Amino acid sequence: MLLEVNDLHVFYGRIEAIKGISFTVGEGEIVTLIGANGAGKSTTLKTVSGLRPVAKGTITFDGQDITKMPAHKRTELGICQAPEGRGIFPGMSVLENLDMGCWTRKDRKSAAYKSDLERVFELFPRLAERKSQAGGSMSGGEQQMLTIGRALMSRPRVLLLDEPSMGLAPMLITQIFDIITEINRQGTTVLLVEQNAAQALRRAHRAYVLETGLVVKTDEASKLLTDPAVQAAYLGGA
Amino acid sequence: MSERPPTTGTDLPPGPPPTAAAKLAFGERIAAASDSRRRFFAKWQQVPKPARWVIGILGLAFCYALPSLNLPVIPTTGTDFSSMLAGSVVIYVIVALGLNVVVGMAGLLDLGYVGFYAVGAYTVAVLSSQHGNLPWLICLPIAMLVSMLSGVLLGAPTLRLRGDYLAIVTLGFGEIIRLLAQRFDWLGATPGISNIPPPPNIGPIHFGVLDSKSFYWLGLTMVVIVYFFLSRLERSRVGRAWTAIREDEDAAELMGVPTFKFKLWAFAIGAGVGGMAGSLYATKTAFILPQNFELKLSILFLAAVVLGGPGNMPGVVIGAVVVAYLPERFRFLDTSRYFWFGVALVVMMIFRPQGLLPRRQHGRQVEPPSDDPPPFEDVREGDPDLEGGAHGTATA
Repeated sequence: MLLEVNDLHVFYGRIEAIKGISFTVGEGEIVTLIGANGAGKSTTLKTVSGLRPVAKGTITFDGQDITKMPAHKRTELGICQAPEGRGIFPGMSVLENLDMGCWTRKDRKSAAYKSDLERVFELFPRLAERKSQAGGSMSGGEQQMLTIGRALMSRPRVLLLDEPSMGLAPMLITQIFDIITEINRQGTTVLLVEQNAAQALRRAHRAYVLETGLVVKTDEASKLLTDPAVQAAYLGGA
Repeated sequence: MSERPPTTGTDLPPGPPPTAAAKLAFGERIAAASDSRRRFFAKWQQVPKPARWVIGILGLAFCYALPSLNLPVIPTTGTDFSSMLAGSVVIYVIVALGLNVVVGMAGLLDLGYVGFYAVGAYTVAVLSSQHGNLPWLICLPIAMLVSMLSGVLLGAPTLRLRGDYLAIVTLGFGEIIRLLAQRFDWLGATPGISNIPPPPNIGPIHFGVLDSKSFYWLGLTMVVIVYFFLSRLERSRVGRAWTAIREDEDAAELMGVPTFKFKLWAFAIGAGVGGMAGSLYATKTAFILPQNFELKLSILFLAAVVLGGPGNMPGVVIGAVVVAYLPERFRFLDTSRYFWFGVALVVMMIFRPQGLLPRRQHGRQVEPPSDDPPPFEDVREGDPDLEGGAHGTATA
């Protein structure tokens, strides 16, 4: 397994937000964590990327224990998170934002760098149009694309996506998920946190259902999509 | 019916959620400021390079000649003009450039910057007068190193704090340094330390008590060196890291920037420059006491940076000149001058909240927009984020 999370406990002050969850992400998979607000999805993702400290449990990446590793080192290893909402650098241009994604790479200005940039522009043609526009002056959807594009520029082995559909119109949501599927098809492993369970389950290979800091159910995504309990709780009843 | 979004309905709010909206407004403000600044910058870039050099050198020559020119209106009444320039203006400029690294570039609010200034001044005083007689030129680098070290010592435990918390801790640091100096006889206690020697004479340029012009020239030279060094730094990888940290610390960390290390560097470099200014102050006045390093000074330093435009070095220099010069120029207003100064600051912040010269975008040329067809055009109708004013219309 590429990423293994074992018995993870995370606290915010004295409140235990994650109460011992375990999950795995295999090379080439899209794995999604779904659940309601406050279930601990985003906290889990932030803990995997290193922004939140682990109270108990372990995180293993490609056989290496990274439980105590600072976030920026994890990026070097190939774990990169596209932050929730508008986690871009608002005063930098689109190109400069994408450039920040290459912070850990030594091959800036090389052919590999250029082809990666082209790949991002192919996935998100809107970004190519707005190369020199300040990130903060773009729409929510464009900023969302920029966070994903920026994360891709680090050539992650596993891409962590935090609510990529948040605040977007239905049409744009479909588009974002198409792109996520395409990114995965091109070989990047994806760990996806979503409130839009319907879309997430349709795109992912496997899924974990989180409730108040615990994994309550896990299965192949297609099976969960037809699971009556999941349908009632997360798919608006069917 | 599995097509329907989850019952929570949070993926389709009427607009962005409040926190995201606030963040967006902030982003737009930054973007707008950098756009207007960029237009000015673009004009300046159109001026041919030799011409830019000539303008720069002429400007600098004017600054060096300023105390000898006997210009109308500008000189201060009631105080010696060159003494004011040397003892106040150039020192404020150096301090503001240093504080700008911390506040403007890295975005860390430091309310106790006077502490580093005091460490610099006291290091010089202790080594050259109180407990030794080292020449100033040797004291200067030592003072800068000691200041940097104090920056690291303060930063290492506190830079994990953010925003308001950091401001409070640094505020405390500034006061602690002053109180230590006041408390210990070894540091001169309340009476302070006197007989701090001047720098060595350079040819015909003498540094006596009455040679304010020499001190001004020395200070101005230090400004030029600091400015050159810091503007190089701003354009480097370090500067890029600071920009990223300032704009979104978590995102910077996620991109692989060791944020703590770079924040500590910002603190250390800022402190070193502050210590440099303190060293100049000590040798200029030849006499320092704890009262010279009160909290008020930290606030004035911060005012210089905020007024000029945090993150923009020419702006910060202008801000420092204004904060140092105006109260002296209007000394004839006597006790009410600080009141009017305060009023001016408030008015200024209402009409130009980004400072006199707002920061520009990261100082790197960006490619012109391409003429590719817009393949995402179809989504614009459906995207609620694209309605509402500024987003869709702004172009590079």
